[in-house]
This record gives sequence, structure tokens and C-alpha cells, in this order.
Amino acid sequence: MNPGSHKKDPYYNSLTRKMILTVISVSFTPMILVSGAILYQFHFSYHEKVRAHLEELVKKHKQNIDYFLNEKLGDIRFLAQNSEFENLCQESYLEHQLATLQQELDPVFVDLGMVNAKGRQIAYAGPFKLGKAQYSDAEWFKQAIKSQYFISDVFLGLRGLPHFIVTVRKTFQKEHWVFRATIDFMAFNNLVENVRIGKTGFAFIVNKEGKCQTKPCLDIIPSKSNYMSLLQNGKRDIDKIYIVEAVDDFGKKNIYASAFLKSGNWMLICQQNKSDAYSDLYRAKKVAGLIFLLGGVGIITMAILLSRRMVSHIALADREKDMMNQQVIETGKLATVGELAAGIAHEINNPVAIMVEEAGWIQDLLEEEEFQEGENLEEFQRALKQINTQGKRCKEITHKLLSFARKTDSRIQVVQMNDLIDEAIGLAEQSAKYSKVVINTNLEENLPFIQASQTEMQQVFLNLINNAVDAMDSKGGGTIDITSRLEEENILINFADNGPGIHRNNLARIFDPFFTTKPVGKGTGLGLSICYGIIKKMGGEIDVKSVIDEGTTFSIRIPIPKGRLN
Amino acid sequence: MAIAKVLLVDDEIPFVETMTKRLTKRDLDITPAFSGNEALKRLKENDNIEVVILDVKMPGMDGIEALQEIRKRYPLVEVIMLTGHATVESAIDGMKRGAFDYLMKPCDIDHLISKVSEAAAKKRQHENKIIEARMKEITGRRV
Repeated sequence: MNPGSHKKDPYYNSLTRKMILTVISVSFTPMILVSGAILYQFHFSYHEKVRAHLEELVKKHKQNIDYFLNEKLGDIRFLAQNSEFENLCQESYLEHQLATLQQELDPVFVDLGMVNAKGRQIAYAGPFKLGKAQYSDAEWFKQAIKSQYFISDVFLGLRGLPHFIVTVRKTFQKEHWVFRATIDFMAFNNLVENVRIGKTGFAFIVNKEGKCQTKPCLDIIPSKSNYMSLLQNGKRDIDKIYIVEAVDDFGKKNIYASAFLKSGNWMLICQQNKSDAYSDLYRAKKVAGLIFLLGGVGIITMAILLSRRMVSHIALADREKDMMNQQVIETGKLATVGELAAGIAHEINNPVAIMVEEAGWIQDLLEEEEFQEGENLEEFQRALKQINTQGKRCKEITHKLLSFARKTDSRIQVVQMNDLIDEAIGLAEQSAKYSKVVINTNLEENLPFIQASQTEMQQVFLNLINNAVDAMDSKGGGTIDITSRLEEENILINFADNGPGIHRNNLARIFDPFFTTKPVGKGTGLGLSICYGIIKKMGGEIDVKSVIDEGTTFSIRIPIPKGRLN
Repeated sequence: MAIAKVLLVDDEIPFVETMTKRLTKRDLDITPAFSGNEALKRLKENDNIEVVILDVKMPGMDGIEALQEIRKRYPLVEVIMLTGHATVESAIDGMKRGAFDYLMKPCDIDHLISKVSEAAAKKRQHENKIIEARMKEITGRRV
């Protein structure tokens, strides 16, 4: 079949489209629903997991840092409470205490100092030369003098290094004194710096103003606005851990987990790149997407291929149906015409019979004496004879019409086609000789016997031979080649002449009843339609091919019933 | 004397009339009838009818039915079926049911006459045989 032919047909195009769409939608809908639901669930639970992990981490570190700060504060408090005020004001005592602290407890204490109410450092022990330093304007001092215990933010101070201090207020002689200890920034920093999550996660601490209290990790400059909003959000509950997702200044999506430290003064923030945090999820999504894409391409390809193939099958079936319909119509037409012809033939027969009889009666009367002398006697007789002749012609026509509808002798006999062909040739030989037509035969021997009506087959053969002879008569002679051969399970008989050929316009109508190219009165136009009817009735086919000026070939294909081949 | 006494049955009145004239001119004694029933009536009236020319296709009682009736009631009367081509089969059917012969319309007048003659001859032969048989019977009784 030719796929191009039905492609042009808009009906089949829309059919193909509909089938493709149906297959695709039917396949995709469950796929999208199932994978969507699974992906959503996975997304949701993975988010939960990541958040829980972050929360746990932040909580642990919050506790660690709070513990660290409280411990340091506790150390200093212990020292301050268990020491005499005078001792605390002596640098040697402080040095001794500092050494003890560094040795016994923790090396995080850098220095110790005693500051009076006016902000002057009375005593100092440590690596920096800070004796007598004036702190009255320092921010930390202003706050430290107001409360019992105080932990400052990280600042550079006089020494020019980042540090923070822990202070304990002492009251001596109704005056507030501040005992201070400096905590090594690096040691504190390590607490936070060691917090690493995934590839991009890190932690840091900011104060209320959003200033970093630890060294920010790597080269990432934390986006201030995000922390500020976190800080403001977090005002509500000091113990709670907040997790938000936001875009930083670089346009990267980050997850921030935050917890308050130092009674809400500081905030521990864990920051992780979202893509890093959810990397497994993203990978799963990518894989799922790839599978979806491949599956989708597969489905679409299949849908297109399948639909095309189905539609081409449908088109083929439609075409076969059309052909069958055409044949049914053709057969029906012939049958109707046959019935009509039979009716007409019978009806015409009676009036013709009467006319002929009346003419005969006149003829009878003319023979009587009184008319014998009439001067027009001969004319009368000629006319009556003519009426008789034409009546016989009518009879012949009705004969043919009726044999088209009803076979005169349709008894089925076992026949040998070659014999029938020979007989038909014998019958036609005389007229063929007249028209200078030579009939050649090339008949395959040992053709199987088949069951057919002898007279009907002869009618077909004679018709075809006579047609050929008639056609070549005008040309002044020619040849007819009759061949018969066995082809698979058919007997194939060809009648090929080298006559003038049949015009293309006539070729399609050649088997139609009453179609004739012969002059009026010479042909009834029934011969070939009778042949057609006979061959069709046998389950065979009759076909014609013709080329103008080269000749015409009629082919008859008669099936051999199964089992008769042997 | 006429060649034969014939009953001509056809529903086509002009055909019957013309044929009657032509056949009468050719020395046949024709009784016309225009239907199967009329044919039976005429046969009842004239017991000397020898041959019936019967059209196969007629309205009402058709040729085949009429033939059966005739053969039943008047077994010695010979019937020639006359038919248009469409009813060749029924003509053959008629032959099987005891018609003498069949002819196709329009038929040659001389051909028809010869058939009628044959039929009449056959009828007379039959009659003669019957007479002979009866005579034998009678003479046999006498002996």
C-alpha cells in the first residue's frame, strides 16, 4: 500500500492525531500522577529530614556554646567571689590566678583585669600592656557596670584584636568594681568554625546588630539582611530554633537555621546552600526527570508509530470495503438491469408477435386473386417481408436480453476449456475468414477439467471472438491470439487481437449492459455484460486491457475448485 | 375437412384474432379462448377439439395450471405450449407435465401448422388405438 495516499486525506490525518493524543494522554496521566505523588512525598520528607538534621545540629551547638560561655562566666564568678577584693587589685595575684586558670581549667583565658567604677583598670594580668587602661567610654564597660554578670560582644578594643570579655561586678565600699576576663577569640571561634555541614554549610554567630561574632567561613560574606530578618523574627522565643529559606546577595538559595545564645543577645546561624542541602533530592529529581523524559519520548514515539500503523490498516480496510461496495453495486446494477431486461423482453415479445402475425395475415390476403393484379403488389410484399425480418430481429434482441437474465442452458457439466475454445473458433471461423482475420491458438495441454456450463462458456468465447473479428473488420483483417494456461489455481485464457483498440472512455463502461460502439441495429450492447455475468457467476474474473491502434486483450481467469487440481 | 380442430388460448386478443384468421385460412378449425378458464369451458362444450395451443403466461389461471387441468380431464387432447422467451423453463416444465411440444413467440406459421398436424395425428393415433383396443375387447367378448 502507499502510505502517501492516505496521508493527504484529512480524515485519516485527524484520526491519526486523535489516536496519538489518546494514547499519549492515557499513558502520561497515570505516569504524571504517580511520579508526581511520589516526588512530592519524597520532596516533603527529605525537607523534613534536612530541617530536622539542621535543627539538631544547631541545638547541639547552641547548647555547647551556651555551656562554654556559662562555664567561663562561672569560672570568673568563682574566682571573683572567692578572692579578697584587695587581692584582685594586685597584679601579682591576678597573674597567679591567670596562670592557674590557664593551666588547670582552660587555655582560653587570655588576661584578667580589675576595673574601678570610673573605668580605669586598676590591676591587669596578661600578655598585653594594658595596665591603667581607661575603659570608661567602652561600650562593654557601660553595660558591665550595670549588671551582675556580663558577656560582651566581640570587639577589637585597645589591643586591636578581636576578643570578648566576661565580667563580674563586685561591690566594695558601696562602689561598683568590674572584674573582667578576656576570652581567646580563636578558641571560641573554633567552637563554631568546626561546624561543617555538607560542602557549603557553615555556622557563625551574630550579635543583635548583625555583626559577626565569629570569623565568617570561607569567602562567603553573609548577607546581612537575611540575618537581620532572622533576628527580628526570633525575638519571640529564645529557646526555639528557626529555620528559613532565603536568597542571599549572590542569588543563591540558602537554608538558615538559627538559635539564640546568651539570653537572646547572640544568634547562632547555620547556613547551607540549598542545592547542597537537598543535593540527594535534586539528584533523585534529575534521575526521575530523565526517566520521565526517556519514557515520554518512548511513549510518544510508540504512540505515533502505532497510530500510523493502525490508521494505515484502517485505510487499507476502508479501501477494500470501498472496492467491495463498488463490486456489490456493480453486481446489483447488473442484476437489476437483468431483471429489467427480462421484463422488457417478455413484454415486447407479445406485441412483436402480434405485429408479425398481422403482417403475415396481410401476406396471406395478398395471395388472393383480387390483389394479384395490383400494381403495388411487389412493394407490399417487400414491405411485409421487411416487417417480418425486423420482427425476427426484435426476437433476436429479446433472445439475448433474456439469456442475459436467464441462462438458456446453465446445466453444469465437466468441461475441458480447450475443447470449448476450439469449438467456439470452429463456429466463428467462417465469419473470421470473411473479415480476413486469422485466429492463432496457443493452448496449454492437460488443463484440468472444471465444472461449468458448456453453452455459457461457449457464449463467452464466441462473444469475445466475434467482438474481435468485428473490431478488425473495419481495419481489413488482423490476428487473434488465444492462449490458455494454468496459473496457480486458476485457468487463464487470453483473447488478444491487434485491432483498433478501445478508447479509454469506453473501456470503463465496456461491461455495462446496453453499452455498444457498434452502429445502431448492429449490436445490443449485451454481449460483454452477459460474459461478465457468466464469468462472475463462476467466481472468475474478466478483464480488459487496450491500447489504441495496437489492440485489445480480454483476460478471463477461472478458479479451479480445490481438489480438482489432481 | 379441416386439418385439425384446434383451441387457441392466449390472453392477447389481437394475437388470437389474427392467428385465428391465418390458421383458418390454412384449413384449421380454430376455437379461440382468452384465458385458462375459458379454455376449459370451450373444451367442455366441444368434445371434438383435438389440439390446444396454450400460451404459458396468462393472468389468472396460467398455462401450466391449465395444462394440468386439461391433461387431467381430457387426457387424449394434445397441448402445444406457446411461450415468450422468459418462460422457456416453464415450457420445458410443461413438456414434462405432458405437453406435446412448445413453440416460441413469434413463431413461424408453417412451423406451427406442422406441429399442430403432428399433434393431431398423435391424438388420432391414440384414439385409433383405443378404438382398436375396444374393438378387440368387444370382439374378444364375442368369441
